[in-house]
Amino acid sequence: MTLDDLASTSGEWLRGSGPESDIVISSRIRLARNLADFPFISRATDADRAEIERILHGRVESLRTAGKAPAESLYLKVSELPEVDRQFLVERQLISREHAQSEGARAVVVDPSERFSVMINEEDHLRIQVMHSGLALNEAWEQATKLDDMIEEQVTYAYNERLGYLTACPTNTGTGVRVSVMLHLPALAITRQIEKVFKSLHKINLAVRGLYGEGSQATGDFYQISNQVTLGQTEEELAKKVADVVPVLIDYERQARSFLIENSQETLHDRVSRAFGILRTAQTISSEETMHLLSSVRMGINLGLIGDLAIPTVNKLLIHTQPAHLQKLSGVELDQADRNIERATYLRRHLNGESKGNVSHN
Amino acid sequence: MKCQKCDRPATFHITDLVDGEPSELHLCEECAQSFLAPSQEEAQDVMPAMAGLLAQHLAVGETADELARLDQRACPVCGITFLQFRKQGRLGCPHDYVFFEKELEPLLMSIHDQTQHVGKVPKRCPHGADQQTQLIRLRREMKEAVSSEEYERASEIRDKIREIEAGFREAKGE
Ligand SMILES: [Zn+2]
Ligand SMILES: [Zn+2]
Repeated sequence: MTLDDLASTSGEWLRGSGPESDIVISSRIRLARNLADFPFISRATDADRAEIERILHGRVESLRTAGKAPAESLYLKVSELPEVDRQFLVERQLISREHAQSEGARAVVVDPSERFSVMINEEDHLRIQVMHSGLALNEAWEQATKLDDMIEEQVTYAYNERLGYLTACPTNTGTGVRVSVMLHLPALAITRQIEKVFKSLHKINLAVRGLYGEGSQATGDFYQISNQVTLGQTEEELAKKVADVVPVLIDYERQARSFLIENSQETLHDRVSRAFGILRTAQTISSEETMHLLSSVRMGINLGLIGDLAIPTVNKLLIHTQPAHLQKLSGVELDQADRNIERATYLRRHLNGESKGNVSHN
Repeated sequence: MKCQKCDRPATFHITDLVDGEPSELHLCEECAQSFLAPSQEEAQDVMPAMAGLLAQHLAVGETADELARLDQRACPVCGITFLQFRKQGRLGCPHDYVFFEKELEPLLMSIHDQTQHVGKVPKRCPHGADQQTQLIRLRREMKEAVSSEEYERASEIRDKIREIEAGFREAKGE
């Protein structure tokens, strides 16, 4: 398997199945770990980074040989990849933007089904992340801790009995765990209740981010909810805190959708139909507009206002219309103007005359 | 003392590095916040919260002198100074949590509301990790010894490194 093979598929977390998957896109657990006998990244020399990468690469290979890691998993030296490939991995959420843009030796291990990835030399030496479609935090945590155990059989982690796993940033120390769910909340956005919801989440120490991680603007009404505290509570407690708030948010979103259906069905139906119409006919379209319109279409499908399109197709289009994906799929480098044309072409090809529930791959 | 940027009383005393020279800034809370608020790009990170917290807990009640002295303290293992940590918000090595324990305590408390880990414990070496961290210092010292051509010292340090590494291999049962 190669990175190019990933371009034509769409990964476990976009499968659009699993509990509550009309609103909960994916569940994710990330663990931050560091080797005890190396400085953290900010004080690591180029030689240190290269050595950390070499050691961890060796560990991954021995896990693969022992049959503990999938033989098909990809080991990619991120520092040696062209810009478009790094951007592709960011769009796919397999690496962070920081990992794509930073300096020095760094790598990522990618599971062929994209259920997990392990970043080497991100902000911490190791960032282990597990992704699941729908609401499945317990399953994600179980897999993450198993991966963590497997890697730990071979290396000594920086750890202190009082403060737990030691991380480069004190905001991650303790469990080093970031538990997050990605939610699609278009009706809360339309009814202008989203700000209120965020404020109450902040009050209980949960963070809200956009689709592409730290600080990015929420595009297309996709929001990532995650824990802020990492010390003084167990991983299960932290996961539960996020998991407990999800049904409440789902309920708010469903109420807002019912409210829209009851009070302004024509406006809502019009909005959804126009969005679908633009996506099926546009000749040039930006990534932002695409996300925005796909968000409306996605809600329209869930409300039964659009009948001949499947959720996994929309999930796939959300990712495949991102700049690096378009370039990987078309096999050529494109500037922004050409990308907008290619994106419109891609959308027309996939949204016109697609039969019910069919997830095509090209 | 008045704030250097407006007329309110200065409650924050910040030591900044200007062209490598420490220079003191005396600011009110509002001006301190905008001073510490990083550029647009960094603002996307957790940094604003971090920098704000740091300023709150370090600057209040510290005189400029005390803070300047604190900022010069450097971790014996990785060499990071407290000022460097304050500026970048990232620590330099695991030993910093021990070396800057007193300074980090209020920060950890405001981020997490707790300072005692209760989660997962590594299966291997949960007690020996800090000893392993000493390898960072030894490797650094060995490199310095080599570059200053003190080969005898370098080889002594190398033996010590090997001793520690062998001890860990034994503990692993290899
Ligand atoms: Zn002022
Ligand atoms: Zn240090």
